[in-house]
Amino acid sequence: MKVQLMKLAHARSGDKGDKANIALFAPDQAAYDLLVREVTPERVRAHFEGIVTGKVERFEVPNVLALNFVLHGALNGGASRSLRSDALGKSLSSALLRMEVEAV
Amino acid sequence: MKSVRIAGGLGFYGDSWQPIKASIERGNVQYVASDHLAELTLAILQKDRQRDPNLGYTRDLVPMLTELLPLALPMGIKFILNAGGLNPMAAREVLLTALKKFGVKLKVGVVLGDSVLERLDELQAMGVSLAHMDTGEDIATVRRHLLFASAYLGARPLVEALDAGADIVLTGRVADAALFLAPMIHELGWQWDDWDKLAQGMVVGHLLECSGQATGGNFGGDWRSIPDLANIGYPIAEVWENGEAVITKAPGTGGRVNFDTLREQLLYEVHDPSHYLTPEVDVDMTTLHMEEIGPDQVRITGATGRPAPAMLKIVAGYEDGYMGQAIIGYAWPDALAKAYLAAQIIQQQMKRVGLKAEETLIEYMGYNSISGPLADPTHAKDLNEVYLRIAVRCADKREAAKLGRLVPPLGLSGPPFIGGAGGMIEPRGLLGIWPTLAPRAVIEEYIRVSVEEVGS
Repeated sequence: MKVQLMKLAHARSGDKGDKANIALFAPDQAAYDLLVREVTPERVRAHFEGIVTGKVERFEVPNVLALNFVLHGALNGGASRSLRSDALGKSLSSALLRMEVEAV
Repeated sequence: MKSVRIAGGLGFYGDSWQPIKASIERGNVQYVASDHLAELTLAILQKDRQRDPNLGYTRDLVPMLTELLPLALPMGIKFILNAGGLNPMAAREVLLTALKKFGVKLKVGVVLGDSVLERLDELQAMGVSLAHMDTGEDIATVRRHLLFASAYLGARPLVEALDAGADIVLTGRVADAALFLAPMIHELGWQWDDWDKLAQGMVVGHLLECSGQATGGNFGGDWRSIPDLANIGYPIAEVWENGEAVITKAPGTGGRVNFDTLREQLLYEVHDPSHYLTPEVDVDMTTLHMEEIGPDQVRITGATGRPAPAMLKIVAGYEDGYMGQAIIGYAWPDALAKAYLAAQIIQQQMKRVGLKAEETLIEYMGYNSISGPLADPTHAKDLNEVYLRIAVRCADKREAAKLGRLVPPLGLSGPPFIGGAGGMIEPRGLLGIWPTLAPRAVIEEYIRVSVEEVGS
Protein backbone atom coordinates (compact mmCIF):
# COMPACT_ATOMS: atom_id res chain seq x y z
CA MET A 1 0.00 0.00 0.00
CA LYS A 2 1.38 3.39 -1.00
CA VAL A 3 1.44 6.04 1.70
CA GLN A 4 2.53 9.64 1.44
CA LEU A 5 5.36 10.54 3.87
CA MET A 6 3.09 13.35 5.07
CA LYS A 7 1.08 10.68 6.94
CA LEU A 8 4.12 9.10 8.52
CA ALA A 9 6.62 11.76 9.47
CA HIS A 10 7.39 15.43 10.01
CA ALA A 11 10.32 17.39 8.68
CA ARG A 12 12.30 20.63 8.86
CA SER A 13 14.79 21.98 6.33
CA GLY A 14 17.66 24.44 6.66
CA ASP A 15 20.25 26.07 4.43
CA LYS A 16 24.03 26.37 4.43
CA GLY A 17 25.55 27.89 1.31
CA ASP A 18 24.19 25.99 -1.68
CA LYS A 19 23.35 22.93 0.44
CA ALA A 20 20.08 22.24 2.15
CA ASN A 21 19.42 19.69 4.84
CA ILE A 22 16.09 18.04 5.45
CA ALA A 23 15.58 16.16 8.70
CA LEU A 24 12.77 13.64 8.60
CA PHE A 25 11.30 12.52 11.92
CA ALA A 26 9.44 9.29 12.67
CA PRO A 27 6.86 9.00 15.45
CA ASP A 28 8.05 5.55 16.59
CA GLN A 29 10.59 2.79 15.94
CA ALA A 30 8.41 0.93 13.42
CA ALA A 31 7.95 4.06 11.33
CA TYR A 32 11.66 4.82 11.62
CA ASP A 33 12.56 1.37 10.31
CA LEU A 34 10.18 1.91 7.40
CA LEU A 35 11.78 5.27 6.59
CA VAL A 36 15.25 3.74 6.68
CA ARG A 37 14.12 1.08 4.23
CA GLU A 38 12.09 3.28 1.87
CA VAL A 39 13.53 6.78 1.90
CA THR A 40 16.91 6.08 0.37
CA PRO A 41 19.22 8.88 -0.80
CA GLU A 42 18.71 7.67 -4.38
CA ARG A 43 14.94 8.03 -4.11
CA VAL A 44 15.26 11.45 -2.52
CA ARG A 45 17.61 12.54 -5.31
CA ALA A 46 15.08 11.38 -7.91
CA HIS A 47 12.21 13.06 -6.03
CA PHE A 48 13.99 16.40 -6.24
CA GLU A 49 14.93 16.14 -9.92
CA GLY A 50 14.78 19.63 -11.42
CA ILE A 51 15.45 21.29 -8.06
CA VAL A 52 18.64 19.65 -6.76
CA THR A 53 21.68 19.59 -9.06
CA GLY A 54 24.18 17.67 -6.90
CA LYS A 55 24.26 14.52 -4.82
CA VAL A 56 22.08 13.60 -1.86
CA GLU A 57 23.64 12.17 1.30
CA ARG A 58 21.72 10.46 4.08
CA PHE A 59 22.68 10.24 7.75
CA GLU A 60 20.86 7.99 10.20
CA VAL A 61 20.10 9.46 13.62
CA PRO A 62 18.34 6.55 15.37
CA ASN A 63 18.57 8.09 18.84
CA VAL A 64 16.00 10.71 17.83
CA LEU A 65 14.30 8.50 15.20
CA ALA A 66 15.42 10.77 12.38
CA LEU A 67 17.02 10.64 8.96
CA ASN A 68 19.02 13.68 7.91
CA PHE A 69 19.39 14.35 4.19
CA VAL A 70 21.97 16.74 2.79
CA LEU A 71 21.06 18.00 -0.69
CA HIS A 72 24.01 19.43 -2.60
CA GLY A 73 23.31 22.16 -5.15
CA ALA A 74 19.79 22.56 -3.78
CA LEU A 75 19.48 26.33 -3.50
CA ASN A 76 20.16 27.87 -6.92
CA GLY A 77 23.67 28.80 -5.75
CA GLY A 78 22.73 29.63 -2.16
CA ALA A 79 20.07 31.78 -0.49
CA SER A 80 21.79 35.10 -1.10
CA ARG A 81 22.31 34.60 -4.83
CA SER A 82 19.16 32.62 -5.55
CA LEU A 83 16.38 33.94 -7.78
CA ARG A 84 13.78 31.66 -6.15
CA SER A 85 10.90 32.81 -3.96
CA ASP A 86 11.91 30.16 -1.45
CA ALA A 87 15.55 31.17 -1.45
CA LEU A 88 16.25 29.47 1.89
CA GLY A 89 14.69 26.16 0.89
CA LYS A 90 12.31 26.31 3.86
CA SER A 91 9.69 24.40 1.90
CA LEU A 92 11.99 21.56 0.80
CA SER A 93 10.90 19.74 3.96
CA SER A 94 7.23 19.77 2.99
CA ALA A 95 8.18 18.94 -0.59
CA LEU A 96 9.85 15.76 0.67
CA LEU A 97 6.64 14.84 2.53
CA ARG A 98 4.90 14.54 -0.86
CA MET A 99 6.93 11.41 -1.58
CA GLU A 100 5.01 8.14 -1.58
CA VAL A 101 6.48 5.02 -0.02
CA GLU A 102 5.44 1.40 0.24
CA ALA A 103 4.06 0.82 3.75
CA VAL A 104 3.45 -2.79 4.73
CA MET B 1 25.68 20.11 41.92
CA LYS B 2 26.40 23.52 40.46
CA SER B 3 24.40 24.67 37.44
CA VAL B 4 23.89 27.71 35.22
CA ARG B 5 20.70 28.95 33.58
CA ILE B 6 20.96 30.62 30.18
CA ALA B 7 18.23 32.26 28.10
CA GLY B 8 18.22 32.14 24.33
CA GLY B 9 18.12 35.65 22.86
CA LEU B 10 17.52 36.61 19.26
CA GLY B 11 17.83 34.06 16.48
CA PHE B 12 18.77 36.61 13.80
CA TYR B 13 19.01 40.36 13.07
CA GLY B 14 15.35 41.31 12.85
CA ASP B 15 14.04 38.87 15.45
CA SER B 16 11.84 40.04 18.35
CA TRP B 17 13.29 40.62 21.80
CA GLN B 18 9.90 40.79 23.52
CA PRO B 19 9.99 37.07 24.51
CA ILE B 20 13.33 37.64 26.26
CA LYS B 21 11.50 39.77 28.83
CA ALA B 22 9.58 36.74 30.12
CA SER B 23 12.82 34.74 30.31
CA ILE B 24 14.38 37.52 32.40
CA GLU B 25 11.37 38.18 34.62
CA ARG B 26 10.23 34.62 35.22
CA GLY B 27 12.93 32.33 33.86
CA ASN B 28 15.40 32.59 36.74
CA VAL B 29 18.29 32.99 34.28
CA GLN B 30 21.81 34.32 34.87
CA TYR B 31 22.73 34.93 31.22
CA VAL B 32 21.12 35.93 27.95
CA ALA B 33 23.04 34.76 24.86
CA SER B 34 21.88 36.36 21.63
CA ASP B 35 22.66 35.47 18.02
CA HIS B 36 22.27 38.39 15.61
CA LEU B 37 24.33 37.08 12.69
CA ALA B 38 22.95 34.76 10.04
CA GLU B 39 25.35 33.64 7.29
CA LEU B 40 24.48 36.70 5.21
CA THR B 41 24.08 39.37 7.84
CA LEU B 42 27.69 40.47 7.56
CA ALA B 43 27.06 41.51 3.96
CA ILE B 44 24.30 43.88 5.09
CA LEU B 45 26.60 45.23 7.80
CA GLN B 46 29.46 45.74 5.34
CA LYS B 47 27.19 47.88 3.17
CA ASP B 48 26.24 49.93 6.25
CA ARG B 49 29.90 50.34 7.05
CA GLN B 50 30.78 51.43 3.51
CA ARG B 51 28.24 54.24 3.93
CA ASP B 52 29.38 55.17 7.44
CA PRO B 53 32.57 53.87 9.11
CA ASN B 54 30.82 54.13 12.50
CA LEU B 55 28.31 51.45 11.47
CA GLY B 56 28.82 47.76 10.74
CA TYR B 57 27.18 46.34 13.88
CA THR B 58 23.57 45.17 14.16
CA ARG B 59 21.53 48.23 15.02
CA ASP B 60 19.04 46.29 17.15
CA LEU B 61 21.66 46.29 19.92
CA VAL B 62 20.75 49.57 21.62
CA PRO B 63 16.94 49.39 21.30
CA MET B 64 17.02 45.82 22.58
CA LEU B 65 19.25 46.51 25.57
CA THR B 66 17.41 49.75 26.34
CA GLU B 67 14.32 47.65 26.98
CA LEU B 68 15.98 44.65 28.59
CA LEU B 69 18.68 46.15 30.83
CA PRO B 70 16.26 47.86 33.24
CA LEU B 71 14.76 44.41 33.90
CA ALA B 72 18.01 42.50 33.85
CA LEU B 73 20.42 44.73 35.78
CA PRO B 74 18.73 44.49 39.20
CA MET B 75 18.92 40.71 38.83
CA GLY B 76 22.58 40.70 37.85
CA ILE B 77 21.87 39.04 34.49
CA LYS B 78 24.70 39.19 31.95
CA PHE B 79 24.52 39.43 28.18
CA ILE B 80 26.62 37.80 25.48
CA LEU B 81 25.83 39.09 21.99
CA ASN B 82 27.45 38.82 18.57
CA ALA B 83 25.79 42.14 17.69
CA GLY B 84 29.27 43.59 17.14
CA GLY B 85 29.08 42.24 13.60
CA LEU B 86 31.90 43.70 11.54
CA ASN B 87 32.56 46.55 13.95
CA PRO B 88 32.40 45.52 17.63
CA MET B 89 34.23 48.69 18.72
CA ALA B 90 31.54 50.88 17.13
CA ALA B 91 28.88 48.73 18.81
CA ARG B 92 30.67 49.35 22.09
CA GLU B 93 30.60 53.11 21.52
CA VAL B 94 26.85 53.28 20.94
CA LEU B 95 26.29 50.99 23.88
CA LEU B 96 28.34 53.27 26.16
CA THR B 97 26.25 56.26 25.14
CA ALA B 98 23.11 54.32 26.00
CA LEU B 99 24.53 53.11 29.33
CA LYS B 100 25.22 56.67 30.45
CA LYS B 101 21.48 57.27 30.34
CA PHE B 102 20.94 54.47 32.84
CA GLY B 103 23.51 55.94 35.22
CA VAL B 104 25.04 52.55 35.96
CA LYS B 105 28.56 51.18 35.97
CA LEU B 106 29.06 48.05 33.92
CA LYS B 107 31.97 46.08 32.59
CA VAL B 108 31.76 45.73 28.83
CA GLY B 109 33.91 43.16 27.06
CA VAL B 110 34.77 43.22 23.36
CA VAL B 111 36.17 40.36 21.29
CA LEU B 112 38.07 41.27 18.11
CA GLY B 113 39.93 39.24 15.52
CA ASP B 114 37.30 37.32 13.59
CA SER B 115 37.41 39.52 10.50
CA VAL B 116 40.17 38.40 8.13
CA LEU B 117 39.25 40.43 5.03
CA GLU B 118 42.31 42.67 5.51
CA ARG B 119 44.55 39.63 6.16
CA LEU B 120 43.86 37.52 3.08
CA ASP B 121 47.21 38.27 1.42
CA GLU B 122 49.00 37.47 4.65
CA LEU B 123 47.09 34.18 5.02
CA GLN B 124 47.88 33.18 1.45
CA ALA B 125 51.54 34.09 1.95
CA MET B 126 51.51 31.69 4.91
CA GLY B 127 50.29 28.94 2.59
CA VAL B 128 46.57 29.03 3.40
CA SER B 129 44.94 28.44 0.01
CA LEU B 130 41.50 29.89 0.89
CA ALA B 131 40.08 27.58 -1.80
CA HIS B 132 36.31 26.99 -1.64
CA MET B 133 35.88 24.16 0.87
CA ASP B 134 33.22 22.35 -1.18
CA THR B 135 34.28 22.93 -4.78
CA GLY B 136 38.04 23.52 -4.40
CA GLU B 137 37.81 26.64 -6.61
CA ASP B 138 40.53 29.28 -6.34
CA ILE B 139 39.47 32.36 -4.38
CA ALA B 140 41.10 34.53 -7.08
CA THR B 141 37.88 34.17 -9.09
CA VAL B 142 35.91 36.20 -6.54
CA ARG B 143 38.63 38.02 -4.65
CA ARG B 144 38.01 41.54 -5.93
CA HIS B 145 34.28 41.26 -5.26
CA LEU B 146 34.62 40.24 -1.60
CA LEU B 147 32.54 42.21 0.90
CA PHE B 148 33.56 40.40 4.07
CA ALA B 149 35.56 37.42 5.26
CA SER B 150 35.16 36.33 8.86
CA ALA B 151 36.33 33.33 10.83
CA TYR B 152 34.02 31.52 13.21
CA LEU B 153 35.74 31.96 16.57
CA GLY B 154 35.11 29.64 19.48
CA ALA B 155 34.15 30.27 23.10
CA ARG B 156 37.65 30.90 24.52
CA PRO B 157 37.83 34.68 24.09
CA LEU B 158 34.27 34.98 25.38
CA VAL B 159 35.20 32.99 28.49
CA GLU B 160 38.20 35.26 28.92
CA ALA B 161 35.89 38.30 28.91
CA LEU B 162 33.52 36.67 31.42
CA ASP B 163 36.45 35.64 33.65
CA ALA B 164 37.54 39.30 33.64
CA GLY B 165 34.13 40.24 35.02
CA ALA B 166 32.33 41.43 31.89
CA ASP B 167 28.60 42.09 32.35
CA ILE B 168 28.07 42.48 28.62
CA VAL B 169 30.24 40.73 26.01
CA LEU B 170 30.14 42.00 22.42
CA THR B 171 31.60 39.90 19.65
CA GLY B 172 31.67 39.72 15.89
CA ARG B 173 31.48 36.33 14.16
CA VAL B 174 31.72 33.41 16.55
CA ALA B 175 30.18 29.96 16.22
CA ASP B 176 26.57 30.64 17.22
CA ALA B 177 26.55 27.94 19.89
CA ALA B 178 29.79 29.32 21.40
CA LEU B 179 27.79 32.29 22.70
CA PHE B 180 26.10 29.76 24.98
CA LEU B 181 29.08 27.51 25.71
CA ALA B 182 31.08 30.43 27.12
CA PRO B 183 28.94 31.01 30.24
CA MET B 184 28.85 27.25 30.91
CA ILE B 185 32.63 27.06 30.92
CA HIS B 186 32.93 30.24 32.97
CA GLU B 187 30.44 29.07 35.61
CA LEU B 188 31.03 25.33 35.69
CA GLY B 189 34.81 25.23 35.37
CA TRP B 190 34.92 22.76 32.49
CA GLN B 191 38.33 22.11 30.94
CA TRP B 192 39.13 22.56 27.24
CA ASP B 193 39.63 18.82 26.87
CA ASP B 194 36.41 17.77 28.64
CA TRP B 195 35.22 16.72 25.19
CA ASP B 196 31.93 15.19 26.27
CA LYS B 197 30.94 18.17 28.40
CA LEU B 198 31.94 20.58 25.65
CA ALA B 199 29.83 18.51 23.25
CA GLN B 200 26.83 18.69 25.58
CA GLY B 201 27.38 22.43 25.85
CA MET B 202 27.52 22.93 22.10
CA VAL B 203 24.38 20.84 21.61
CA VAL B 204 22.57 22.99 24.17
CA GLY B 205 23.85 26.13 22.44
CA HIS B 206 22.72 24.80 19.07
CA LEU B 207 19.25 24.09 20.51
CA LEU B 208 18.97 27.64 21.86
CA GLU B 209 20.55 29.70 19.07
CA CYS B 210 17.42 29.96 16.86
CA SER B 211 15.05 31.45 19.45
CA GLY B 212 11.47 30.26 18.85
CA GLN B 213 12.49 27.36 16.60
CA ALA B 214 13.20 25.37 19.79
CA THR B 215 9.89 26.21 21.41
CA GLY B 216 7.36 25.36 18.73
CA GLY B 217 8.00 28.01 16.10
CA ASN B 218 8.35 26.84 12.48
CA PHE B 219 7.29 23.40 13.70
CA GLY B 220 6.88 20.89 10.89
CA GLY B 221 4.83 18.46 12.97
CA ASP B 222 1.34 19.16 14.24
CA TRP B 223 1.74 22.94 14.26
CA ARG B 224 -1.91 23.40 15.24
CA SER B 225 -1.11 21.79 18.57
CA ILE B 226 1.36 24.53 19.56
CA PRO B 227 -0.42 26.91 21.95
CA ASP B 228 -0.31 30.71 21.91
CA LEU B 229 2.46 31.42 19.39
CA ALA B 230 1.63 35.14 19.74
CA ASN B 231 3.07 34.93 23.24
CA ILE B 232 5.85 32.43 22.49
CA GLY B 233 8.54 31.86 25.10
CA TYR B 234 12.13 31.55 23.92
CA PRO B 235 14.16 28.57 25.11
CA ILE B 236 16.00 28.49 28.43
CA ALA B 237 18.64 25.89 29.38
CA GLU B 238 19.82 24.79 32.78
CA VAL B 239 23.16 23.03 32.52
CA TRP B 240 24.87 21.16 35.37
CA GLU B 241 28.57 20.63 36.09
CA ASN B 242 28.42 17.06 34.77
CA GLY B 243 27.09 18.28 31.41
CA GLU B 244 23.49 17.22 31.89
CA ALA B 245 20.99 19.83 30.70
CA VAL B 246 17.28 20.59 30.76
CA ILE B 247 15.68 22.75 28.09
CA THR B 248 12.57 24.68 29.10
CA LYS B 249 10.94 28.12 28.76
CA ALA B 250 9.49 30.72 31.11
CA PRO B 251 6.21 29.87 32.86
CA GLY B 252 3.11 31.48 31.38
CA THR B 253 4.51 31.78 27.86
CA GLY B 254 3.20 30.23 24.66
CA GLY B 255 4.88 27.69 22.46
CA ARG B 256 6.00 24.21 23.47
CA VAL B 257 9.20 22.44 24.47
CA ASN B 258 8.98 18.71 23.89
CA PHE B 259 10.82 15.86 22.20
CA ASP B 260 9.37 16.78 18.79
CA THR B 261 10.02 20.52 18.83
CA LEU B 262 13.55 20.00 20.13
CA ARG B 263 14.59 17.19 17.80
CA GLU B 264 13.58 19.40 14.85
CA GLN B 265 15.93 22.09 16.12
CA LEU B 266 18.67 19.54 16.95
CA LEU B 267 19.18 18.71 13.26
CA TYR B 268 18.48 22.20 11.90
CA GLU B 269 21.24 23.19 9.46
CA VAL B 270 23.26 20.14 10.52
CA HIS B 271 25.00 17.93 7.99
CA ASP B 272 26.69 14.85 9.52
CA PRO B 273 25.19 14.57 13.03
CA SER B 274 28.04 12.30 14.18
CA HIS B 275 30.61 14.97 13.24
CA TYR B 276 29.08 18.33 14.01
CA LEU B 277 32.26 20.39 13.76
CA THR B 278 32.58 23.37 16.07
CA PRO B 279 35.66 25.41 17.00
CA GLU B 280 35.93 23.71 20.42
CA VAL B 281 34.90 20.15 19.81
CA ASP B 282 33.82 17.64 17.16
CA VAL B 283 30.33 16.75 18.42
CA ASP B 284 28.60 13.41 18.04
CA MET B 285 24.85 14.00 18.35
CA THR B 286 23.97 10.39 17.67
CA THR B 287 24.85 9.31 21.21
CA LEU B 288 22.60 11.77 23.03
CA HIS B 289 19.26 11.14 24.70
CA MET B 290 16.31 13.50 24.86
CA GLU B 291 13.73 12.76 27.50
CA GLU B 292 10.56 14.64 28.40
CA ILE B 293 10.66 14.98 32.19
CA GLY B 294 7.72 17.35 32.64
CA PRO B 295 5.57 19.86 30.81
CA ASP B 296 7.89 21.95 28.60
CA GLN B 297 10.95 20.27 30.10
CA VAL B 298 13.29 18.03 28.14
CA ARG B 299 16.47 16.52 29.58
CA ILE B 300 19.50 16.25 27.28
CA THR B 301 22.27 13.79 28.18
CA GLY B 302 24.90 11.74 26.46
CA ALA B 303 26.28 13.88 23.62
CA THR B 304 29.91 12.92 23.11
CA GLY B 305 32.86 14.84 21.79
CA ARG B 306 36.17 14.29 20.06
CA PRO B 307 39.12 16.68 19.98
CA ALA B 308 38.63 20.07 18.34
CA PRO B 309 39.29 20.31 14.61
CA ALA B 310 42.67 21.70 13.53
CA MET B 311 41.07 24.13 11.08
CA LEU B 312 38.60 26.95 11.68
CA LYS B 313 35.89 27.84 9.20
CA ILE B 314 35.91 31.18 7.42
CA VAL B 315 32.89 32.41 5.49
CA ALA B 316 33.42 35.16 2.95
CA GLY B 317 30.75 36.87 0.91
CA TYR B 318 31.16 38.42 -2.55
CA GLU B 319 29.04 40.54 -4.84
CA ASP B 320 27.54 38.35 -7.50
CA GLY B 321 25.42 40.50 -9.81
CA TYR B 322 21.87 41.76 -9.43
CA MET B 323 18.40 40.31 -9.43
CA GLY B 324 15.63 42.16 -11.24
CA GLN B 325 12.09 40.98 -10.61
CA ALA B 326 8.48 41.79 -11.41
CA ILE B 327 5.17 40.42 -10.16
CA ILE B 328 1.79 40.69 -11.89
CA GLY B 329 -1.51 38.99 -11.03
CA TYR B 330 -4.30 37.24 -12.96
CA ALA B 331 -7.77 36.07 -11.88
CA TRP B 332 -10.15 33.22 -12.65
CA PRO B 333 -11.16 32.09 -15.24
CA ASP B 334 -8.01 30.70 -16.84
CA ALA B 335 -5.74 32.56 -14.43
CA LEU B 336 -2.75 30.35 -15.16
CA ALA B 337 -3.22 30.53 -18.95
CA LYS B 338 -3.24 34.33 -18.74
CA ALA B 339 -0.07 34.30 -16.66
CA TYR B 340 1.60 31.92 -19.16
CA LEU B 341 0.80 34.32 -21.99
CA ALA B 342 2.14 37.28 -19.99
CA ALA B 343 5.38 35.37 -19.36
CA GLN B 344 5.76 34.72 -23.09
CA ILE B 345 5.18 38.38 -23.93
CA ILE B 346 7.75 39.54 -21.38
CA GLN B 347 10.33 37.06 -22.64
CA GLN B 348 9.82 38.24 -26.22
CA GLN B 349 10.23 41.82 -25.10
CA MET B 350 13.36 40.95 -23.09
CA LYS B 351 14.86 39.80 -26.39
CA ARG B 352 13.67 42.92 -28.18
CA VAL B 353 15.30 45.29 -25.67
CA GLY B 354 18.38 43.10 -25.52
CA LEU B 355 18.16 42.45 -21.79
CA LYS B 356 21.27 40.45 -20.95
CA ALA B 357 20.25 37.92 -18.28
CA GLU B 358 22.53 35.11 -17.14
CA GLU B 359 19.48 33.30 -15.80
CA THR B 360 15.74 33.83 -16.02
CA LEU B 361 13.34 32.25 -13.53
CA ILE B 362 9.58 32.16 -14.05
CA GLU B 363 7.33 31.24 -11.16
CA TYR B 364 3.54 31.17 -10.85
CA MET B 365 2.81 32.25 -7.29
CA GLY B 366 -0.19 30.42 -5.92
CA TYR B 367 0.64 27.47 -8.15
CA ASN B 368 4.31 26.45 -8.26
CA SER B 369 6.53 29.26 -6.95
CA ILE B 370 7.41 27.17 -3.92
CA SER B 371 7.16 23.61 -5.20
CA GLY B 372 8.65 24.10 -8.66
CA PRO B 373 8.54 20.83 -10.60
CA LEU B 374 6.95 19.10 -7.57
CA ALA B 375 3.77 21.22 -7.74
CA ASP B 376 0.57 19.15 -7.91
CA PRO B 377 -1.09 20.05 -11.27
CA THR B 378 -4.58 18.86 -10.21
CA HIS B 379 -6.05 22.36 -9.88
CA ALA B 380 -3.86 24.15 -12.41
CA LYS B 381 -6.77 24.83 -14.76
CA ASP B 382 -9.10 26.18 -12.10
CA LEU B 383 -7.01 28.48 -9.94
CA ASN B 384 -8.86 31.41 -8.32
CA GLU B 385 -5.86 33.63 -8.93
CA VAL B 386 -2.19 33.41 -9.73
CA TYR B 387 0.70 35.86 -9.74
CA LEU B 388 3.40 35.65 -12.35
CA ARG B 389 6.82 36.32 -10.86
CA ILE B 390 9.70 36.71 -13.26
CA ALA B 391 13.26 37.14 -12.01
CA VAL B 392 16.51 37.69 -13.89
CA ARG B 393 20.15 37.49 -12.87
CA CYS B 394 22.22 40.27 -14.46
CA ALA B 395 25.79 41.48 -14.22
CA ASP B 396 24.82 45.01 -13.25
CA LYS B 397 21.99 46.94 -11.70
CA ARG B 398 20.95 48.94 -14.77
CA GLU B 399 20.54 45.77 -16.79
CA ALA B 400 18.43 44.17 -14.06
CA ALA B 401 16.21 47.28 -13.83
CA LYS B 402 15.17 46.84 -17.48
CA LEU B 403 12.90 43.95 -16.52
CA GLY B 404 10.63 46.00 -14.25
CA ARG B 405 9.91 48.51 -17.01
CA LEU B 406 8.58 45.80 -19.33
CA VAL B 407 5.75 44.83 -17.02
CA PRO B 408 3.45 47.87 -16.41
CA PRO B 409 2.36 48.16 -20.08
CA LEU B 410 0.94 44.63 -19.82
CA GLY B 411 -1.91 46.13 -17.80
CA LEU B 412 -3.43 47.71 -20.88
CA SER B 413 -1.82 45.64 -23.61
CA GLY B 414 -1.68 42.08 -22.25
CA PRO B 415 -4.23 39.47 -21.16
CA PRO B 416 -6.92 40.74 -18.72
CA PHE B 417 -5.17 41.30 -15.41
CA ILE B 418 -5.83 42.22 -11.75
CA GLY B 419 -2.86 44.40 -11.00
CA GLY B 420 0.76 44.23 -10.06
CA ALA B 421 2.20 43.51 -6.65
CA GLY B 422 4.90 45.47 -4.93
CA GLY B 423 4.99 48.12 -7.67
CA MET B 424 8.27 48.47 -9.53
CA ILE B 425 10.68 46.35 -7.52
CA GLU B 426 14.20 47.77 -7.20
CA PRO B 427 16.94 45.38 -8.37
CA ARG B 428 18.63 43.67 -5.44
CA GLY B 429 22.35 42.92 -5.11
CA LEU B 430 23.11 39.20 -5.06
CA LEU B 431 25.80 37.69 -2.87
CA GLY B 432 27.89 34.61 -3.29
CA ILE B 433 29.05 32.77 -0.20
CA TRP B 434 32.63 31.48 -0.04
CA PRO B 435 33.27 28.99 2.77
CA THR B 436 36.89 28.07 3.39
CA LEU B 437 39.24 26.87 6.12
CA ALA B 438 42.33 28.17 7.89
CA PRO B 439 44.60 26.66 10.56
CA ARG B 440 43.41 27.61 14.02
CA ALA B 441 46.67 29.24 15.11
CA VAL B 442 46.80 31.83 12.33
CA ILE B 443 43.31 33.01 13.29
CA GLU B 444 43.64 32.84 17.06
CA GLU B 445 46.89 34.79 17.03
CA TYR B 446 44.89 37.92 16.17
CA ILE B 447 42.14 37.56 18.75
CA ARG B 448 42.01 40.46 21.21
CA VAL B 449 39.80 40.67 24.28
CA SER B 450 39.26 43.88 26.22
CA VAL B 451 37.10 44.42 29.27
CA GLU B 452 36.55 47.89 30.67
CA GLU B 453 34.31 49.37 33.31
CA VAL B 454 32.15 52.09 31.81
CA GLY B 455 29.18 54.29 32.63
CA SER B 456 28.54 56.55 35.56
